[in-house]
Amino acid sequence: MQWTALVVFILFFLLVTILGFFAARWRKGDLSNLEEWGLAGRRFGTMVTWFLVGGDIYTAYTFIAVPGLMYGAGALGFYAVPYTIVVYPIFFMILPRFWSVAKKHGYVTVSDFIQGRFDDRLLALAIALTGIVATMPYIALQLTGMQAVLAAMGIGGEWPLIVAFIILALYTYTSGLRAPAMIAVVKDLMIYITVIVAIIVIPIKLGGFGNIFHSAQTALAHAATPGSIVATPAQYSMYGTLAFGSALALFLYPHAMTGVFSADSRKTVKRNMALLPAYSFALGIIALLGFMALAAGIHTKTSNAAVPLLFLKEFPSWFSGFAFAAIAIGAIVPAAIMSIAAANLFTRNIYRAYFVKNATPQQEGRVAKIVSLVVKLGALVFIIGFPQQYAISMQQVGGILILQTLPALIFGLYTRWFHRRALLVGWLAGIAYGIYMWSTTGYKSTTYTLHLFGQAIPAYAAIWALIVNVIVTVILTLVLNAVRVSQGEDSTTATDYQLETNI
Amino acid sequence: MDNTTPRKKGSPWWYLLILVPLIGTLFPAFYSSVSPELWGIPFFYWYQMLWVIVSAAVSAAMYLLLREN
Repeated sequence: MQWTALVVFILFFLLVTILGFFAARWRKGDLSNLEEWGLAGRRFGTMVTWFLVGGDIYTAYTFIAVPGLMYGAGALGFYAVPYTIVVYPIFFMILPRFWSVAKKHGYVTVSDFIQGRFDDRLLALAIALTGIVATMPYIALQLTGMQAVLAAMGIGGEWPLIVAFIILALYTYTSGLRAPAMIAVVKDLMIYITVIVAIIVIPIKLGGFGNIFHSAQTALAHAATPGSIVATPAQYSMYGTLAFGSALALFLYPHAMTGVFSADSRKTVKRNMALLPAYSFALGIIALLGFMALAAGIHTKTSNAAVPLLFLKEFPSWFSGFAFAAIAIGAIVPAAIMSIAAANLFTRNIYRAYFVKNATPQQEGRVAKIVSLVVKLGALVFIIGFPQQYAISMQQVGGILILQTLPALIFGLYTRWFHRRALLVGWLAGIAYGIYMWSTTGYKSTTYTLHLFGQAIPAYAAIWALIVNVIVTVILTLVLNAVRVSQGEDSTTATDYQLETNI
Repeated sequence: MDNTTPRKKGSPWWYLLILVPLIGTLFPAFYSSVSPELWGIPFFYWYQMLWVIVSAAVSAAMYLLLREN
């Protein structure tokens, strides 16, 4: 048992918990109302949005799994860096339009937008369900990150996870989105301190970067499944498509969109797309911790343990406790935002759309609070009930699923040419093909080798599925428009997408 | 709503700038090598880290060039 580390860990965890409850009083609003609880009244400025959206992307999973992948498989794990490089310019173009139309019509979720734009309850439901299903294992995965640091301190079993999650559930329930937003600031400061100290201290102890990469190459070459410190030609198309597919998927996740919708202005959204790349640099350094673990001679079968063990070996115990607290809090923040986003989706697009049509904002708020508890409980059951390996592959499948909402959400933002029924069938085709490809690998890998024109091209299955999705959508749109099937009413106008461009 | 007369806005062609980081980073065939090293860091890594800065600069440039007021 690492007592010093544990005491420091608990101290910081308590500090953050108090902040979480205190957040209810911050920028006061009526927390029984869904827009206040679930979007904090759309009043977050540039800085808070930066921390909040950063908190979404920059999770314990990143801190544990990306370096874990580098530790186990070598260069391929570094795809997380180009992924975060390309994501912001792409969404710089797209998200301001989303913010504008959401603000104009009071949309809380992406499915609200689909309903308004395409007048199709079934398509809106499909998008909402995809969001909820893709989010659940993602929340569960935050827990595996927390489990990894707890295990490193010598705490096994499920009860500490249950305690942490009860605390998380209570302050999310009382404070809504204000809690993760406030905690995200503290969490990021802690993570930045950890990263800066790690990048200075560890290379000095391990004899410089040259030595780290050299030792990592030797260790990877002698592994059971040999790896390399640079991508091999066979990995090129996987590396590129994993980065591109993950980037396209990122802001389609309900929790990322929640961060965007809670911004106070269109300008805040644009500024953030220009400021968020600051995180990518830290991500690159964190990824290299995987190689540092190899160079430090850390031997573990569970790659999730690589970074925690590295910290315990190279740092005094109290600093490891601090770093572990940063990682655990880094799991709590996104888990809270994700459960809020899933609750918003359920409340708006299932409860209000199908059960209580004229629900008041208070009723919506109450339902969302309860659903956020249920979602977290579901994640907890998931993590305790299923082996971890299973959860990780589920998360990768989450990317395949969520990417199939792209044609409706992104194309729909620019044009109404695509037919609502075609989008639904395309979505179904993409999901079905994506799951089929995943099943052919025995539910182990999310990259799939397609044989095309005599060439074998391995790539992220999400991209293949998206291509099928788009082809089906285009062909069906041509057919349905030719036979004049009703397109439904569009309740948005062209100017709605430009709201606040003049301010 | 007072958005009847959009004021002067940068040319939408500037949006094509998003292609720059995509081309620069999504094709590892062009940069997957150990040498030239920088402070012992293989090219593969410092090249991509450099793109973090380039991409941030591109985003900032787009923000300024496409300012909507």
